[in-house]
Amino acid sequence: MITKRIIACLDVHGGRVVKGVQFVDLIDAGDPAALAARHAREGADEIVLLDITATHEGRQTLLDTVRRTARELFVPFAVGGGIRSAVDAAQVFEAGADKVSINSAALANPLLIDAIGRSFGAQAVVVAIDARRDPQAVDPVRDAQVFVQGGRKPAGRRVVEWAREAEARGAGEILLTSMDSDGTRAGFDCELTAAVSESVSIPVIASGGAGTVDHFVDVFGRGRADAALAASIFHFGISSARALKEELARAGVSVRLPC
Amino acid sequence: MRVAVIDYKAGNLTSVLKALRYLGAEVVVTDADLALVENAERIVLPGVGHFQATERLDATGLTPAIRKAIARGVPFLGICVGMQWLYAGSSEAPQQPGLGHFAEGCARFPESHEKVPHVGWNSLEVRSGSRLLAGVEPGEFVYFTHSYKAPITADTAAIAHYIEPFSASVEHRNVMGVQFHPEKSGTTGLKILRSFLSWEATESA
Repeated sequence: MITKRIIACLDVHGGRVVKGVQFVDLIDAGDPAALAARHAREGADEIVLLDITATHEGRQTLLDTVRRTARELFVPFAVGGGIRSAVDAAQVFEAGADKVSINSAALANPLLIDAIGRSFGAQAVVVAIDARRDPQAVDPVRDAQVFVQGGRKPAGRRVVEWAREAEARGAGEILLTSMDSDGTRAGFDCELTAAVSESVSIPVIASGGAGTVDHFVDVFGRGRADAALAASIFHFGISSARALKEELARAGVSVRLPC
Repeated sequence: MRVAVIDYKAGNLTSVLKALRYLGAEVVVTDADLALVENAERIVLPGVGHFQATERLDATGLTPAIRKAIARGVPFLGICVGMQWLYAGSSEAPQQPGLGHFAEGCARFPESHEKVPHVGWNSLEVRSGSRLLAGVEPGEFVYFTHSYKAPITADTAAIAHYIEPFSASVEHRNVMGVQFHPEKSGTTGLKILRSFLSWEATESA
């Protein structure tokens, strides 16, 4: 049976992990390669590395980081942040990523989705969408506003129609972050996730709001998510992806165990 | 162990190369050099993307070179689209023939309430007699990402279930295919690649 994926996300800046899943007992808690390897060993189904600086000068540092992180990583590995062209994507793939995650650049130039998909296959293209419910809209959830630049600027698109366009252009997965839930630890936005997941045929990865195991149970059930990003939950009593998945299995969610 | 990895420009080879090298193989990549195929001790045909991309194998002469190597008994492993290419063809690109080593054709998952593509970790039901998957225990998972799949036949080495049962792996003498990505399937995937590298060839294809 296909299982729900738990994806560990590492935010990096200048080649160091600055936020996300860190462990106090690691000698170097900021090394992306060490952390990615540890997550894979401890049951994460996939690793996402997001370059939160994504400046032009930082590209080479990122590529070095990707190369080092990918070296002994044998689970799917996605990289996002600052990928603005098919050439940028090609460099990230060459460095060892299996998928790229594109967000603002895809909104600015939707043809980028087609271009990367054509060269590397749809399975290699993750379109990340940051969305916030729009109370003014007829349907505040399906018509949630899409934001760019780390959630600072509205993109003028609605979440369901943009997700559908991304799929039609050749995206392989949607990484959906609820800006309303992000950072609250009060649970994923299950309505938003379900609205998107039921509107596309490609997998949807839920992000934003995880605080307890029940939140994951909820987003895999009611939220119809195919995968979920786990970040801050590892700070709150859940020691690893494996521990999280063991709890999920007890709650009846199909997960990859043993792992 | 010299492994020729076939590049038909359909996507990213880095992960496959990395995994084979990690396991100690000496890897050469070829997109047209037939001598590399002729001298290889193992051949790997990776694959992501569209079945149509395999037309490049015909255009470069790699198809007959691979056919000859298989006839000599060189162990061959097709991954994902590389497995599908071993069949007569795929409904993804009906005009593009596959190798035809296995007579059947590949087809898209049927319409259902489930999503297509099939993406994620799924378990394998290994059939007894598979040498490639001999060390894989019931309940071990591997990583899939595909919309087309091969039918279950006498040569099926493992079955996976998604929408309907399909061939997750095929094996006949020295010719093998896996629909999943062993290079992305953690320790289970590495174990399978190790079995391929240490394969002792039976006399002929």
